[in-house]
This record gives sequence, C-alpha cells and structure tokens, in this order.
Amino acid sequence: MTMQERNAWQFGIIAILSYGVYLALVLTAAQQVPLHEVDYVPAMLWTIGGAIAVGILVGIVNGAVRPQRGPQVDERDRQIEVFGERVGQAFVVIGALGALVLTMLEADHFWIANALYLGFVLSAVLSSLARIGAYREGFEL
Amino acid sequence: MTRKTRITNSIRALRFSHGELTQADLAERVGVTRQTIIAIEQGKYSPSLEMAFQIARVFGVPLEAVFQYPDTDDTPSAGPTTNR
Repeated sequence: MTMQERNAWQFGIIAILSYGVYLALVLTAAQQVPLHEVDYVPAMLWTIGGAIAVGILVGIVNGAVRPQRGPQVDERDRQIEVFGERVGQAFVVIGALGALVLTMLEADHFWIANALYLGFVLSAVLSSLARIGAYREGFEL
Repeated sequence: MTRKTRITNSIRALRFSHGELTQADLAERVGVTRQTIIAIEQGKYSPSLEMAFQIARVFGVPLEAVFQYPDTDDTPSAGPTTNR
C-alpha cells in the first residue's frame, strides 16, 4: 500500500468517525429537546476542528514514517488524487444545492448547516472510497 | 468508473530476462512507487508516454517490446498478474 493509499483510508476513516461523534452528540441532546432546537454549533465546530487536527497529526506521522525506498508519490498517485477530488467535488455541490433549497424554503439554520456538513462528509468519504477503489481496481480520468 | 486498460505489457517477462529485476528495482530506476509498477503489470494502470519510455529504456528495448495495444475491439485484457 502506498503512502497515498494509506492517506485515503485515514482521510475516510477520520471523516466517518468525526461525523459519527457529531451525530452521537446531537442525537443524545435531541432526547431532551426537539432535534431542530439542539445546540448543534459547538458539536459541529469541535468535531470539524478535531477532524482537521487529527488529519494534520496523521499527516505529520505519515511524513515521518517512510516505509519504502524511492519516491513516495508518483504520477499515478497524483492522477488518483485528481480522480478522487473530482468524485468528492460532486457531493460538495449537492450539499450546497441542498442548503440553497433549504434556505429558499426558510428552513431552520439547523437543517441548512447540517445539509452542508453532510455534503462535506459525503464528499470526504466518497472521495476516499474513489481513491481506494482506483488504487485497487484501476481508474479512468 | 474503474477499468482495466487495453494496453498489455511484457514487463514481467522483461524483468526476468534482465537478471530477475525486481519490481522494487524497476520502480526505483523509473522513479515511481513499486505499487505503480505492480498496477502497470496487472493492466490496472496505463503509464504516461514518458513513463513508458523510461521503462523501455531500463530494459534497453523499443517501446513496442514493452507495451502492446490490440488491433481489434476485443474485451480488454491485462498483462501477467503475478507479483513479486
């Protein structure tokens, strides 16, 4: 497994775990008040911030541990990165469109923010899955 | 989304006929990761023209001796699949 494929796994797992923690916090709080009245902002900020911090930490560790000789990244890695970003980008757009529709419908901020957050998470997870699939099965740009 | 390339190759055979060159050795000489050499051998990745020439240069053979492209529209096929 190349360093970049390992990064893809780590990136996807961090995204899933951080969103899982966020959902657990929000759904636990929703047992006391209606879901759309939950104070979601601290949970969202902490889980997003935590995911970024863990991602940076993992990146530093990856940079320090170089298991194989020769280059760690080559043209195939760069092409797969582009391929993954292309897949992930679609979900950022879908999340933004969802938030736009919710705004037009004058939905609660809770739903707008969560639509955007879900779009980011899906983007990260599916981008990672696309990259992992590309490493294992091949890909076409 | 995923696919196998129609380009086939003789890299594995050439490695063995050139002093049992390992995938890691070839990767180092071409300047790529070993996994990229594995992906090329398995037909999961079509290298750039530049990388293809670099691989051919390592073996000291023309490009056509390393990579082949079928004349017909047959089902895509891959090169040898066994790793070292």
